[in-house]
Amino acid sequence: MTQAFNMADLSTALPEVVLSLVAMVILMLDFIVPKGRRDWLGYLSVLGVLLTLMVLCRQWGATQSAFSGQYLIDPFALFFKILFLASGGLIILMSIGYLRGEGADSGEFYALILFATLGMMLMASAVDLLILYIGLETMSICIYVLAGFLKRERRSNEAALKYLLMGGFSSAIILYGIVMLYGLTGATGLKEIASTLTADTLSNPALILAMVMLAAGFGFKIAAVPFHMYIPDVYEGAPTPITALLAAASEIAGLVILLRVFLVAIPGLQDRWALLFYVLSLLTMTVGNVVAIAQSNIKRMLAYSSIAHIGYLLIGVVAGRELGISATLLYTVVYALMTLGAFAMVILLCVGEVKGERIDDFAGLAQRSPMAAAAMLILLLSLAGVPPTAGFVGKLYLFGAAIERGYILLALIAVVNSAISLFYYMKVAVAMYMRDLPPAGLALSPSRPLRVVLFVTVVGTLAIGIYPGPFLDLAKSSIAGLW
Amino acid sequence: MLLSYLPILILVLLAAGFALATLFLSSALGPRRPSKDKLSTYECGIDPVGSARERFSVKFYLVAMLFIIFDIEIVFLYPWAVILNSLGLFGLVEMFFFLGILLIGLLYVWKKGGLEWTT
Amino acid sequence: MVPLSHYLILSAVLFAIGMFGALTRRNAIGILMALELMFNAVNLNFVAFSRYLPSTMLQGQIFAIFVITIAAAEAAVGLAIVLGLYRNFKTINVDEINLMKW
Repeated sequence: MTQAFNMADLSTALPEVVLSLVAMVILMLDFIVPKGRRDWLGYLSVLGVLLTLMVLCRQWGATQSAFSGQYLIDPFALFFKILFLASGGLIILMSIGYLRGEGADSGEFYALILFATLGMMLMASAVDLLILYIGLETMSICIYVLAGFLKRERRSNEAALKYLLMGGFSSAIILYGIVMLYGLTGATGLKEIASTLTADTLSNPALILAMVMLAAGFGFKIAAVPFHMYIPDVYEGAPTPITALLAAASEIAGLVILLRVFLVAIPGLQDRWALLFYVLSLLTMTVGNVVAIAQSNIKRMLAYSSIAHIGYLLIGVVAGRELGISATLLYTVVYALMTLGAFAMVILLCVGEVKGERIDDFAGLAQRSPMAAAAMLILLLSLAGVPPTAGFVGKLYLFGAAIERGYILLALIAVVNSAISLFYYMKVAVAMYMRDLPPAGLALSPSRPLRVVLFVTVVGTLAIGIYPGPFLDLAKSSIAGLW
Repeated sequence: MLLSYLPILILVLLAAGFALATLFLSSALGPRRPSKDKLSTYECGIDPVGSARERFSVKFYLVAMLFIIFDIEIVFLYPWAVILNSLGLFGLVEMFFFLGILLIGLLYVWKKGGLEWTT
Repeated sequence: MVPLSHYLILSAVLFAIGMFGALTRRNAIGILMALELMFNAVNLNFVAFSRYLPSTMLQGQIFAIFVITIAAAEAAVGLAIVLGLYRNFKTINVDEINLMKW
């Protein structure tokens, strides 16, 4: 443990190094590129993301630990790193047009998204509580700034403040859980913690306290009920691409560290934390879906819908074993794709004075642009879990895993919840197809990068829905060495 | 074991006792003839202007925030310096990378006008 | 020598005070200060564990340094956000910052 780090260690973290260099270059170029032409910085950031992906793919199938065993590259980490990078790239693409519309184009925005993605990649590879915490904060601090990026917009200010205060609060709770684990075991590595915990220490009340504190802290980060109250406000107030980042990437990153900590560090307490997550999952999907019905702002509705989806994801964690965890992995991809697509649609409708945020703004979309309406319909059907879309396949495997492991009641409630969700998703579909176009409706002029985002997400949603085999195999092979 | 700390206790008591005694003696023995000038705020002998309870310019906050960030990063230099010998050349280069990243941050602040006092 | 339990109790009390402050304060700066208190309670625990536990290396102390740094960064970002908010709202009372409600 005492030997110093070396070049070999650094080469395992090469993708992260590349990404941070790209982000710093973008930050500096911000001074050279004049205002109004900073779209180029966005395209350059996407190139940087692609470059990082290429470097990352050289680690395909490898398992290697580095930096005194604090950092691990394995298929599980690789799976999520690719997901985070892809989400980050798509989010940058959708912000290019959005920022131009808001008159706030700047390199900082892209650099901060890249730094947030870097934090998520660290979280995916962290097998030590220290690295895990640093990754979490790297991501969170960037998102605090991004949420308040529209400085003149009062709702953006409010969202940033709420997210900052709740984020700081949850970090403190996570830290207290971490310090209790450290105090009990004298180690911060997840594997070492697991090997130090013996049968006596497993029943130590302090360990239970640590477990509950970690679950509560991670609950804040992944927006599980009852730790969700700030989420709708933050989602509504933040710039729409950042809402997408929060929903599609940041919550999944929270789920990744939750999986790592609970599966690797304290597997001995599985029967206890499975019960904890059982209750959380049940509350999360029910409250999310029921409250979503009453929303008239689409960003808020999608916020509650994302809360509900976190509830579904937790089913896989409860079910556990290979079946449950691989179903969770598959569903994270599905969830990221359809959420990104849905928020891209909100940006698409942002024309002139119309912010595209009310469900009424979707009225008559089928007459305005049949293509856009069809894309939105596919995304909505997927969110609700109707075949032949990805949402259906993902839910099938999740609920199947729950039934297989004997959680029949949980699976039943999840199915009822899906039926409820169909109701509010179809409210938007009805607005698009059955209602007339308001006279003031301007023509839609989506920017080219936004079209790319919509194309990728819709095609991806259909592809996983029709031919899920390879994706499921990938999810299964990604968790092979996790335990 | 606690006994070995006795000299420190005696020193603390002596020091506190001397300070308290001086304060008490000077207020008991010294003459007291207050006047308007004597009671006013001391500003290098110039007549005081305005109230001392003013609102500070928001720029102070900016400087304070920048100071906190760069000040705290220095903390990492201490443990690094202690084991520099066993880290070798690679450790040295790594720390310069770290400082380089901080430098980029400073450059950014400078270019953004964060260091300008008057705008 | 002061036993470990004293540090743990002090830290738990500090954490509880910080949490109470974070939940009851109305001033945004006050909440940030309460959060700092919670972070420092954790730091105290880290350093105490690192000193008292047998066979541990310096992980606890290093962890404390990182927590201090990150807390400072968070405080700086927090103050910046509060400043930006004050420009638009003319208040930093969190009860009055309520444009969005469900």
